[in-house]
Amino acid sequence: MNDQFEPVIIGFTCNWCSYRAADMAGTARMKYSPNIRLIRLMCSGRLDPTFVLKAFAGGADGVMITGCHPGDCHYVEQNYKALRRFILLRKTLVQMGIEPGRLKLQWASAAEGAIFTEEVNKFVEQVRSLGPLNWPTSGGFEEMFAVPEHMLVKEVTT
Amino acid sequence: MSANGKPKFAMYWAASCGGCEIAVLNIHEKILDVDANFEVVFWPVAMDAKYKDVEAMEDGSILLTLFNGAIRNDENEHIAKLLRQKSKILVAFGSCANEGCMPALANLSSIKDIMDTAFTTISTENPSNIRPQPYFTVPEGELHIPTLFPIVRTLDQVVPVDYYMPGCPPESHQIAAVIDLVIQVLQGNAQLPPAGSVIGAGGSTVCDECARKRDVKKIKKFDRIQNVMIDAEICILEQGVLCSGPATRSGCKAICPAAGSPCIGCYGPAEGALDYGARLMSAVASVVDSNDPAEIEKIFEGIPDPAGQFYRFNLAGSLMRASKSGWNG
Repeated sequence: MNDQFEPVIIGFTCNWCSYRAADMAGTARMKYSPNIRLIRLMCSGRLDPTFVLKAFAGGADGVMITGCHPGDCHYVEQNYKALRRFILLRKTLVQMGIEPGRLKLQWASAAEGAIFTEEVNKFVEQVRSLGPLNWPTSGGFEEMFAVPEHMLVKEVTT
Repeated sequence: MSANGKPKFAMYWAASCGGCEIAVLNIHEKILDVDANFEVVFWPVAMDAKYKDVEAMEDGSILLTLFNGAIRNDENEHIAKLLRQKSKILVAFGSCANEGCMPALANLSSIKDIMDTAFTTISTENPSNIRPQPYFTVPEGELHIPTLFPIVRTLDQVVPVDYYMPGCPPESHQIAAVIDLVIQVLQGNAQLPPAGSVIGAGGSTVCDECARKRDVKKIKKFDRIQNVMIDAEICILEQGVLCSGPATRSGCKAICPAAGSPCIGCYGPAEGALDYGARLMSAVASVVDSNDPAEIEKIFEGIPDPAGQFYRFNLAGSLMRASKSGWNG
């Protein structure tokens, strides 16, 4: 056992490409970091930004969205919607104080187990170096509104 | 029941603007029905009453309390708990109490930044940098002003709430309908909706109530309303002005779009939407007409403040509730 920080990462995969890539990585005995917990959607276009926010608010340190390559979507062009949602969501999250490095979009075809493995591992290291997110809604919400001593409005300079 | 046999009514404003009170008075002569059927025991904006009078009341002795305003400071919290204890039916009234509304946009900043902006920026004449103190001793005793919490909260994040009535402010016809319903219930002619219900609003979206013509949405550029001559008939979002209709609960009869102004989302998340901003982002992103990452970025430059735009009314009620600098100080 070592005491390095193990980030919790939620990965969204699409049924037709990126989940198959993860599956292929598994059958080919390619190893990827166990920090990622994969959730299979039918399509990256199914990815409601709510899912990502819920992951962060619930304690995830990073979220990885994956789907078919542009042009390869099983549902014609829904992965472009995922791309647009990702760009807008990342911009919003930055305002919320969540580093852009905690959210990643990766295309992977069903044949790209190796790429999937490599990108997951890279992302895990990237989030590890950013450290824990610990969004307070994931633990005691109480700490969000307890007034720490230094924040009490009491200083007066004359 | 009060001495004259009428059930008791209270209304309170916490962190709010007072618009909800005006909306209540905007029901015109119906306000006389309120007076005829209720004994108003506590309504700081309309009549004189002291907190100690409320504290002296029996628990559960107020039948109906309309609570508007978010929980911004310890005074708001105290009165929220007090009115919960004294009221049979506590209604989160208006957007602030439901989801934070404008006061909750402060959750994007730290208290220090908020204070610095209020007391040291160029618009403030404060050369000796005087700041408010929560306690101050005067010859008559010690004075206390409310202390800000780092995070603005919704009413139901502080006390259990019986009903939710959204809107900034709730539309007067909706208020009148709710008051009518409560009076009908008092007379035994109707039943209260199940606890936890959203009252005085619809179950669909503003788009559903909007009379504008909708076609395929393909947006190449977002712009601000003052830069666009809004067509009177076509969907406002299709004209490149961000409209919150797709994510917002119905109930207002889509009055803003009808007047040529986009919906800003004051009725809060539509039925079933867990996170208002996420729902709206999802809708807006899907209608952008580009598949090229660089071009998409460029189009979204037309939305310079997405957190403020998508969570204008809903930050405290959202999944994230605040930004990191908000809760981290």
